[in-house]
Amino acid sequence: MSDWTPLKRVQTALSHQEPDRVPFFLLLTTHGARALGMGVKAYFQRPDLMARAQVAMQRRYGHDCLNGSAYASAELEAFGGETVFFEDGPPNGGPPVITSPAAIDRLVPPRIQDCPVLLRTLDFQARMREAAGPDVPIVGSVIAPFSLPILQMGFEPYLCLMVEDPARFRRLMAVNEEFCVAWANAQLQAGATAIGCADPMGSSTLVTLEQYLALDRELARRTLARIQGPVATHFASGRVLPHLDAVVETGTVAVGVSVLEDLARLKAAARGRLSLLGNLNGIEMVGWTAATAEARVKEALAKAGPGGGFILADNHGEIPWQVPEAVLDAVGDAVRRWGRYPLDWARAGLP
Amino acid sequence: MDTLPHSTTSWPDSLPGAFERALLAIDRVRAWQVMEDALRRGVPALQLAQMCITPALERIGQGWESGVLALSQVYMAGRIAEEVVDGLFPPPEVLRGGQPHIALALLEDYHALGKRMVHLVLRSAGYRCVDYGRVTAEELSERIQEEAPDRVLVSTLMYRSALRVEVVKSSLLRAGCAIPLCVGGAPFRFHAGLWRNVGADAWGAEAADALAFVEGRLKGAP
Repeated sequence: MSDWTPLKRVQTALSHQEPDRVPFFLLLTTHGARALGMGVKAYFQRPDLMARAQVAMQRRYGHDCLNGSAYASAELEAFGGETVFFEDGPPNGGPPVITSPAAIDRLVPPRIQDCPVLLRTLDFQARMREAAGPDVPIVGSVIAPFSLPILQMGFEPYLCLMVEDPARFRRLMAVNEEFCVAWANAQLQAGATAIGCADPMGSSTLVTLEQYLALDRELARRTLARIQGPVATHFASGRVLPHLDAVVETGTVAVGVSVLEDLARLKAAARGRLSLLGNLNGIEMVGWTAATAEARVKEALAKAGPGGGFILADNHGEIPWQVPEAVLDAVGDAVRRWGRYPLDWARAGLP
Repeated sequence: MDTLPHSTTSWPDSLPGAFERALLAIDRVRAWQVMEDALRRGVPALQLAQMCITPALERIGQGWESGVLALSQVYMAGRIAEEVVDGLFPPPEVLRGGQPHIALALLEDYHALGKRMVHLVLRSAGYRCVDYGRVTAEELSERIQEEAPDRVLVSTLMYRSALRVEVVKSSLLRAGCAIPLCVGGAPFRFHAGLWRNVGADAWGAEAADALAFVEGRLKGAP
């Protein structure tokens, strides 16, 4: 039996070396509810069942992580907000909790132990660790301080704050930094191996390089330095290539990249400095056949696989509920068929 | 719709570029100066809106779509353009005769930025819009049937919300209502055929495409 565990495979890839095959992450959330025949809202109230579903899905598809993320708006709940649940899709953030810039003056970071939804997530991660043992990485998640205001106050007021009220912007970032660090470290203590930090606002889709350098780079660097484990930064389908050199300086080990950018160009820019995570199109995945899945997997492996430093995944950080299980099976089959190093077929330029 | 004179007499060569640069620099003062200078030279307000402000916003939108510009620039450009239009020009119904009835809606989501940017672009081009706000698929269908707008623009963010367009369109068709409906938002940018799959009549890659849709010049749209 191979001694390449998922953890060793991922660690080797992140060290920019070639393991036995390209690791792949299926970042599944609501599929767990469907696997158990449960409603989505009820599922997210049950850390025991979430853990059971994640372990079962990892065994079925053979991917190389357990997804320790519940849903993004859990962090909005921590700040007093609400989550809107649907039975045919992921939970969505409810109305903003910061309804005027002045509210930022009174804002304090919530304590993890006071937030039931966060405690449930920690319980979920601890149960996964117990069930899966040490050989499968658990990926926890946080929203970057720079991106959390999208949920806290809404896109438009946040863009205005960023441009027009620097003092309150800095105060909000300080609050979010404290919360982000505490939340990430709590997950690492509960059993997470690494943290995925969602920072869509830092992408070049949403802010200019000048804004990223002035407002996010140092904040991200300081935040990541205080998190007591490896962090991968995900731009949630946003473009990152123009910001890549600055992103390297934050200390992140990997970046989640978008299908909107050419994976070969990203690989050339990141080689030896940052690992890449991506970039299968999760929306198109809904309608893929097995042949399409195989073709898309091969394309990504050929562009980014050689030399290590690559984990195949979707490009958003969460696979849509509507993606059929058969497509996930096909992705796994394609990785196992075509992802074995040394990827001679890819180096030879074969289709 | 009003027709424009094609003559560019009194049209300063650098005007559109200067205005666009001011928008991208988030320089309100300069943007106002450029417009005030043009009005002083006798350039008609509607001509300014159609030959300077609208093209600037369209180019900026295209810059975002191609990855050259950031959404923060597109949004701030739209806001400044709206302020300029509101401050210097007559109300939309005076600026532009024969106003179509345009409705905007955010479908089952709380992220209103896309709808807001569409509103900014249309407002800056002299169009008045009715904003339905955040609505469910059922509410949107009912309101369209009650008010019978000429054109409807629907913004979505989540994939699930995009799929709910199908509920709106099916309900409208069952009621015999064929009002053109244009969709926009992230899910449609990541799946080229999704707008057709959900029964929409058109889709916009960026906010300025809404203007092309309203004016009947969006490729492939009614």
